[in-house]
Amino acid sequence: MGFEKFGRISFTSQTKVSEFVDYLEQGELRATRCRCCEKVFFPPRADCASCLGGDMEWVGFNGCGTLVSFTVVNYAPTGFEGDVPYTLALADFNGIKVFGRLSSKLSMNEIKVGMKVKIDVITLPGGQITYQFNAA
Amino acid sequence: MPKDVAIIGVGQSAFVRSYGGSIRELAFEAFREAMKDAGISAVDVGASIICSAPEYDKQRSPAGLIAEYLGLNPQPTFMVESVCSSSTTGIRLGYSLIKSGLHDLVVVLGFQKMSEISSADSQERMGRGADIMWEAPFGTMMPAYYAMHAQAHFARYGSTEKDLALIRVKSSKYGVLNDKAVYRKEVDLEQVLSASAVAVPLKRFDCCANADGASCIIMAGAGKAKEISKKPVWILGLGSATASMTLTGRGSLTGLNCARLAAQQAYEMAGLKPGDIDVAEVHDCFTIAELMAYEDLGFAEPGRGMDLIREGQTYIGGKIPVNVDGGLLSKGHPIGATGGSQVRTVVLQLRGEAGAIQVPGAEIGLVHNIGGVGVYGNVIILGR
Repeated sequence: MGFEKFGRISFTSQTKVSEFVDYLEQGELRATRCRCCEKVFFPPRADCASCLGGDMEWVGFNGCGTLVSFTVVNYAPTGFEGDVPYTLALADFNGIKVFGRLSSKLSMNEIKVGMKVKIDVITLPGGQITYQFNAA
Repeated sequence: MPKDVAIIGVGQSAFVRSYGGSIRELAFEAFREAMKDAGISAVDVGASIICSAPEYDKQRSPAGLIAEYLGLNPQPTFMVESVCSSSTTGIRLGYSLIKSGLHDLVVVLGFQKMSEISSADSQERMGRGADIMWEAPFGTMMPAYYAMHAQAHFARYGSTEKDLALIRVKSSKYGVLNDKAVYRKEVDLEQVLSASAVAVPLKRFDCCANADGASCIIMAGAGKAKEISKKPVWILGLGSATASMTLTGRGSLTGLNCARLAAQQAYEMAGLKPGDIDVAEVHDCFTIAELMAYEDLGFAEPGRGMDLIREGQTYIGGKIPVNVDGGLLSKGHPIGATGGSQVRTVVLQLRGEAGAIQVPGAEIGLVHNIGGVGVYGNVIILGR
């Protein structure tokens, strides 16, 4: 339990990585790292597909990321209609890629592939918690 | 060049917005045409493979129902699914059933009645096409993912919205000639560029339409094919690969790695190279998908795909005619039926039976069919 609090609509309630939400509530985005082979995973995983280990630790990743790509969407799936238009994006933090939305406060002419971004943790109306990218 | 398994019959229903019949009847339309084309009857069939994305079906386990309606009991049947590439995955499995010696003749039937569920239900399912833990909670849809690939290609290589629009203009020119296509109106560059945005930079005409439809491909081993078919088309090469469902696991967004790998495998198996292909059907669910396919299949160098469409090289008469049946953009995209429809087009081309869209003298053809946003990639090379 706990993971149903992640994002505008969560489709998953039970996962072994629900501590992800606990860290978000502390204002941190965290990845998991395999204690055996040290591979880092984002999105976080409970199991290591490299060494088959199951012993993970939570690690933060700091600093700026680079915007890999983005799109402004004008149509949304059920439950997200009230948010349009919104901007989906992929950013690269020193080799760890993160998918999310860009802050709606950024204007279109500010958004460019290659721009520097940082992560903000935000609470949505209704108490759901998520993160978004903002200009660094 | 292996000539162990042939395609001996092809069929397709019309692709329509809303089919006025049940899924079994829709499947039968494609099956009837393929069986007549092959000149065989149900007793000749060793097994059937039913291909669809079952989240659109109300019927649980459609394979059993469809096999019954096609008259294919008591032969074995089963369902395969790799979303939009389901029916070429079915062909891959059919190939292995025949090569293994388990069966000498296999029917691969792809279908989708997307109108089976309400538009609201469909929108809800669309949102769950991505990783439901990590990406769907942001409100993702297929056009958004392909739009992100387009932005990445534009930024890295200088391709433009106009290049994408030129692909739709080509598609519509050939869609007019395809009496099984859902969209049969010609559109010009201005119309494509001025349409409203779905997910920037993709606009209405950059996106294919949902449709109801069915396709049927009948495959046979070499001995059987030579015995019963005057015009077998041989499977010369097969490739299949996957990539992560999450975009976070991808190397780059300027192409689809699963397609590159599948193409390499298929070329290697066939002993052929991109320049040997006379006609190709590629998975143009969005215009950017066709542009990336030019590069992933080796028809153009990475980053130079736009030159092919700017120079008109993917029209009939060009270096490599692509999607001369209108592609998904004009035909419509009934998920489970799409790959079989692409294969049917290439088979008709290689037999010289493609009518108004015939590529003169086509001997080698290629099919590129993608499931999800580059999650599943299948490439098939066919020859006379």
